[in-house]
Amino acid sequence: MELKRVVVTGLGALTPIGNTVNEYWEGLSTGKSGCGLITKFDAEKFRTRFACELKNFSVEDFIPRQESRKMDPFTQYAIVASDEAIKDAGFDMEAINKNKVGVIWGSGIGGLKTFEDEMIYFGKGDGTPKINPFFIPKMIADSSSGQISIRNGFRGPNYVTVSACSSANNAIIDAFNYIRTGRINICVTGGSEAPVTIASVGGFTAMRAMSERNDDPATASRPYDVNRDGFVVGEGAGALILEEYEHAKARGAKIYAELIGGGFSSDAYHITAPHPEGYGALLSMIDALEDAQIKPEEVDYINTHGTSTPIGDPQELKAIVDCFGEHAYKMSISSTKSMTGHLLGGAGAVEAVASILAIQHQFVPPTINCKDLDPAIDQNLDLTLNQGKARKIDVALSNGFGFGGHNATVIFRKV
Amino acid sequence: MFDNLSFNSNLCIVFEPQNILEMADIAEKVKSIIVEKLGVEASEVTPEASFTNDLGADSLDTVELIMEFEKEFNVSIPDDQAENIQTVGQAITYLEENAK
Repeated sequence: MELKRVVVTGLGALTPIGNTVNEYWEGLSTGKSGCGLITKFDAEKFRTRFACELKNFSVEDFIPRQESRKMDPFTQYAIVASDEAIKDAGFDMEAINKNKVGVIWGSGIGGLKTFEDEMIYFGKGDGTPKINPFFIPKMIADSSSGQISIRNGFRGPNYVTVSACSSANNAIIDAFNYIRTGRINICVTGGSEAPVTIASVGGFTAMRAMSERNDDPATASRPYDVNRDGFVVGEGAGALILEEYEHAKARGAKIYAELIGGGFSSDAYHITAPHPEGYGALLSMIDALEDAQIKPEEVDYINTHGTSTPIGDPQELKAIVDCFGEHAYKMSISSTKSMTGHLLGGAGAVEAVASILAIQHQFVPPTINCKDLDPAIDQNLDLTLNQGKARKIDVALSNGFGFGGHNATVIFRKV
Repeated sequence: MFDNLSFNSNLCIVFEPQNILEMADIAEKVKSIIVEKLGVEASEVTPEASFTNDLGADSLDTVELIMEFEKEFNVSIPDDQAENIQTVGQAITYLEENAK
């Protein structure tokens, strides 16, 4: 079967460094940190008291309260980002065949805040389960894709992928496959997470996975720095409109980039630790390159998973050197999590958007906060430390790796 | 035990003079809960208005409304009685008779 080409015709972003795609790019290109002290709950007794929260965001500016109160924040973010992307794509909603529009979203956790609130309420009672009837539909991860389809009348395939921090990349690849095999014409994809909650921050700190740099939150997310001490959790959403190329051309759509490949693998090693040799990461990148049918030398930019954890960062870079050989030193590499924090199931989505914008602007966003490059990291790699730069980018690759050993890689190319 | 008894008898004493006021309070609170949960205009919340037919509630909204009434008025509404509360007026009447 001849596969169809798939292009990106709309983008949406709701991030700790910008509430729209334009603001997001402004933040990315200028090296802005989205980190600050936690405002969403009293974190005084927590080991980590900071996070990358959304700023100046009020959901009621986007969704009437009667609807938004039946959505967990991760779904609210999904709606806001997908609304922006759908509008950006400029569809004639009367003309497109909505039965051939899918919504495949990613979320690592789902409605954690909803779950917490309801169980805290239950815990304060006498054991009588006075559970709110909207509890389950708010909490389940797939409510995000469901709400997007209800809002827009999209009746194609609809579900959420859950693979921790590679969830959104998995969603994008699934959407890609449905379009290129001709099953659907258009797919709303991406991912969202709302993990600035007591259970999430408490749970990740219990794993010692999060930075505890409470005296200087803005520099806490510092991938590749020798003093990095864990990731910084972030909230928000990224959205992409994927569309079959001829369909997009026929309606005169603006085309940001082409999605040319998706790869995946599993570490088959440990529930949280990445494979010590970065083998899963390597397999995922190789798989994506084979799927895209390009040579490693064609990749100009890699948006790394780069979470700022002591173990994860060097292994991914080792895998990049193993995958790309000498070319690893000629490409640009950066971790935009240094600015946005780690959006978990939404990370792959906002980083896909970052990669596409990098292609559009021919500009590499930086890895901020790296003061002393870790000597254990190959010093000859171009990690775009602390300042972004203009360069030719035809092909950008974005990695996402999740607890459970899930790895997924997407590759975009300039059209 | 005796403390409880005297507390209850106190309640009985204050109950009568405030009775009329409380009835009006119940109706107002019921209406405001409905406005808040269903996102309708206060003017639509008439005694005859049916939650599902007139005020746009689905089955989950209706369950949530009953739970809000239970919480707000500190009552437990058994399922077989909740089924009979389908209009604003029926809710007010039930709560006036059963609210603590």
